[in-house]
This record gives sequence, C-alpha cells and structure tokens, in this order.
Amino acid sequence: MVEIPESLLRRSAEAKAKALGVPVEQVLAEMKGEGPPVVVEPPADAEEAAPEEVAAPEAEVEEAVSEPEPAADEAEVAADSEPSSEPVVEEAPAAEVEETPAAVATVVEDAPPEPESNGDGGGNGKVAGLVSTRPVVPPTGTPEGVRTQRLLTVVKARAIQNVKAEPTDKVNTWPHLMLQEFGALLLITGLMVIMAVVIHSPLLEPANFNATPNPSKAPWYFLGLQELLSYFDPQIAGVTIPTIVGMAGFMMIPYVDKNPSTRPSDRKFAIVLYSIFLAGSATLTIIGVLFRGKGFNWAYPWRDGIFFDDLKDWVHFE
Amino acid sequence: MANGNGRVGLMERVKETNEKLWNSQLAESILRPGSPFKQGYSDSPRNRSYVVMNNVLYHLHPVKVKRHGVKLSYTLCLGGLSFFLFIVLTITGIFLMFYYTPTAELAYADIERLSTDVAFGSLVRNIHRWGAHLMVLSVFLHMSRVFYHGAYKPPREFNWVVGVILLLLTLLLSFSGYLLPWDQLALWAVTVGTNMAGFVPVIGNQVKFALLAGVEVSAATLLRFYVLHVLAFPFIIVIFMAVHFWRVRKDGGISGPL
Repeated sequence: MVEIPESLLRRSAEAKAKALGVPVEQVLAEMKGEGPPVVVEPPADAEEAAPEEVAAPEAEVEEAVSEPEPAADEAEVAADSEPSSEPVVEEAPAAEVEETPAAVATVVEDAPPEPESNGDGGGNGKVAGLVSTRPVVPPTGTPEGVRTQRLLTVVKARAIQNVKAEPTDKVNTWPHLMLQEFGALLLITGLMVIMAVVIHSPLLEPANFNATPNPSKAPWYFLGLQELLSYFDPQIAGVTIPTIVGMAGFMMIPYVDKNPSTRPSDRKFAIVLYSIFLAGSATLTIIGVLFRGKGFNWAYPWRDGIFFDDLKDWVHFE
Repeated sequence: MANGNGRVGLMERVKETNEKLWNSQLAESILRPGSPFKQGYSDSPRNRSYVVMNNVLYHLHPVKVKRHGVKLSYTLCLGGLSFFLFIVLTITGIFLMFYYTPTAELAYADIERLSTDVAFGSLVRNIHRWGAHLMVLSVFLHMSRVFYHGAYKPPREFNWVVGVILLLLTLLLSFSGYLLPWDQLALWAVTVGTNMAGFVPVIGNQVKFALLAGVEVSAATLLRFYVLHVLAFPFIIVIFMAVHFWRVRKDGGISGPL
C-alpha cells in the first residue's frame, strides 16, 4: 500500500477534527489505525445537509462523485420521492445525474434525517453537493482509517451547468490571417511602387494668384461635391446636402438602422440606399473628373481632352 | 574542439561568440519569455498561439479569428490596408519633410529640387502622392464593405462613428497636403475646396477663415496647411485610430456578429 505522507494525513485529520469537533490527535490516531474510531454525534453540517437534499428532491443537482455504494439505488429513489418519505439510509448521490460532467460532490449520509426537520424548508434546493464527514467504507486503495471527505464547496445549481460555449469555426491568426495580410501589404506596396515609377506626380507652374486656371477643379474626392454644387444653389444644397446629410447622417446610420439582421436578404432597403449613394457619388466624381471642361461646362474627354491635371501627363486620347 | 595543432580554430571562435551573443541578456530580453522563437519555432497549435500572444500584434489581433472573417473576399483587407498606407505615408512624408520648406518663396523650388537633385526624391514623392489617393479610396471602400456586411450594428455602432471621423480626417489630411507643392494645381484646387467649406451653413466663413489663415489662400495658408498636414491631423488621426482598433478587438474581432 502506498504510504500516505504525514503532512497530508495531518491536514485531512485537521479538517475532519474541525468538522467533528474532536481533538486532532484523536482523529489522526484513528486514521493511522492506532486509535479507536472516533465516535461523535452526527455533525451539524451533515444534519443540515440531509433535510436540504430531501426537502428539495427536484433540485437540479446534476453531478455527483462518490464512491460506489450498495445503497445508491435506494438513495436515488429516496431523493426522488416526497420530502416526507420515511428515513432511508442515504449513502450515495441524492441527485439525478444529468447533463454536465463538472463534478462536485455528493451527500453521503448514513443517519436518517429527522422527519420533522424535513418540512422546515431549510433547503433552498441549490446545494449541489456535499461530502459528509461521516465515515464511509473507504474505497479500495485508501489506507485504513483515512477519511478525506469534507465540504469542498456549495455550488448553486444553475450557476455552472448552463455555460455553453457555442462552437465557432476559428483558425489561428498566425499563420492564416497574418500571411494573408502580409500578402496584401506586399501587393499594395508593389502597386504603389509601380504607380510611382510609371505615373509622375503633377507639378504645374508656380502658384500665381493672378492666373486662374480654367477650369479650376478640387481634388478628385471633392469633385463629386463640386459637381453637386454646379447643379444647386450652393447656399441651400451645395454644402447642406454633403455635410449635414452626408457626415452627420453617416454617423447616425447605426442608430437609425434598427434592423438587427446582417443578412443581405433582410436589409434590402439599406443596401439599395447605400448602393444608390455609391453609384451616385461615383457618377458625380467621374463626371467631375472627366466630363467637365472649360468653365466647368460639359466636355467629352475623347473630343475635348482631359481637364484634370492629376492625370494630365498620363492619360492621352490622341 | 581543437584542431590539429592544439589551438582553437576560427570557426570554433565564431560559433562560440555567436552562442554567447544569443545567450546574452540583451538577446534574451528582446523576445518575450513565452515567445516560441526563443527555442526555435516548430509548428504546433500551441506555438501558433504563442506567436500572437508574445507579439505586439496581439494589440490588433486575437489568437484565433473566425474562419469566415479570414476569407479574403470577406474584408479584402481594406481596413488593414488603410492603416498600412497610413504608415507608408508617414515614412515617405518624413523623408519629404527633410527637403521641404513651407514658405511661398521656397516651397515650389524645393519640390522641383526633389524631383531632380534628391536621390529617390521623385520616387518617394510619387509614392506619397499615390499612396494618399489610395488611402482615401481604401478608407472609403472599407466603409462601404462594412456597410454591406451590416458590421456597424450593435455592439459596433460607436466604432462606425469613429470610422466616419477617420474618413473625414483622411480627407482633411489628403486635402491639406494638396496645397504644399505650391503650384497652380495646388493653389486653385485648395481655393475651390475651401470655397466649398465657405458654403457650410452658419459657421462656413469661420471655418474657411480658420483653414486659410485669412480670407483667401496666401503664404500664411501654406504654413497653416503644412502644420496641419504634418502634425495636427496625423496626431488626431492616430488617437482615433487607436480607439478604432481597440474597439474592433473588443467588439468581437474582424467583422461578423459577436
């Protein structure tokens, strides 16, 4: 038989002695098989535990870990029956083993619960597991006289069993995502370098306040706006539309769109609306870039040439 | 091991020194204690996790990501590319700052000199310019991608707001850089642009005055745009980017509902 270290024995004995209210040395002696069995009154916590279990048989006490005991079946029957059932010897899980494996403990009780204490409702139905300090037949392999059960914890019945992690299909960021990102960075870097080698940034004549070019165009990302300005009275629509409706409106999208779904089929209106915005701004920008000539009047790039200095040295239609 | 004549060979010394260097406190301290690269990386699920956990990129990425989010067609990497373009623009921009003087007399000549006298000056300037255009484009496309996936829905509402601010700041960065070459294109594009700002209701003229440092584009405007471009706007955008990335991480990672 494996020799149990003295320190472990002592710790166990201390716990038991505390629970039983007897001197440590006495328990220790018993554990070592040197002394008589400790005989005490059923400890208070064991007494309390029993009615709790019996008073709330429907408590969803899911797990129990216990030594196999011959009376286990009876105990289960007893636990399932009415609270006022006749005293039975409970030696095993007073609970139905149901779903999850996160085990706790069990009630091991060989003293019949007192019938009158059954009805006092002392149990809140949430004590999932207790380990009594009452002597039980030790499982084979345990040294004679060693009693290691004690109250570990009280687990609320519903607290842990319902934690269910939804299985999601995940992959490791490294290497899957990071390699992809690295590829994207290389690609965009390559694109930029090629653009930089092939297309030169424009540099026109030095700034001259007295020579207004015709047409004067804003940077391309504002050209849709400039195009819009040419249709409407600037004071009313020119900037009211883009700034107020545009920026403020854009920021408010998540608070206006109360539709919780992200499925495209549920969001037809939003998608159509955004697509109109996208197509509209693209159209306005392209018109502003390519189809506006002298005096910001309509021009065909293939007939009148490009009036967009960013591309002046690059795009030719001759 | 000694060679034939009992002395320590050169290769032995090199090897020894190499080992000493790699075992020094400095080398040890460069990588985090848990880094799998310390003992030589071998591919295992645990090491794959440790790579991310012991990396500064842990600020941006969790150890695992949803498989659908990794599909290239899902995000097209647009957000990440916008950030990368910002970094490229910062690097090239710092390079350009060495050769540029933000005064009406010198600005244009400096840009000319950049294209002719400075090694790689033209290339760097071109990268800076096209990178800026690409960044405007990629930020805008990123926003569109997010919209089409409905990725702005709770709990990401506020990150969408931050994103719109980032788009605005990107436009402002690009626009403020537009004036710096101080050529006809720059001068009049900015004139047109700031005229549009003047149409903003109520505060339009004030905005315009603040941007131009006067009622119209002048030498003072050049300095103002320069400071805004190289300091003020980058400073603000970095703060908003930090919030943006943090919220991406906290709100459930790359796209998709939480």
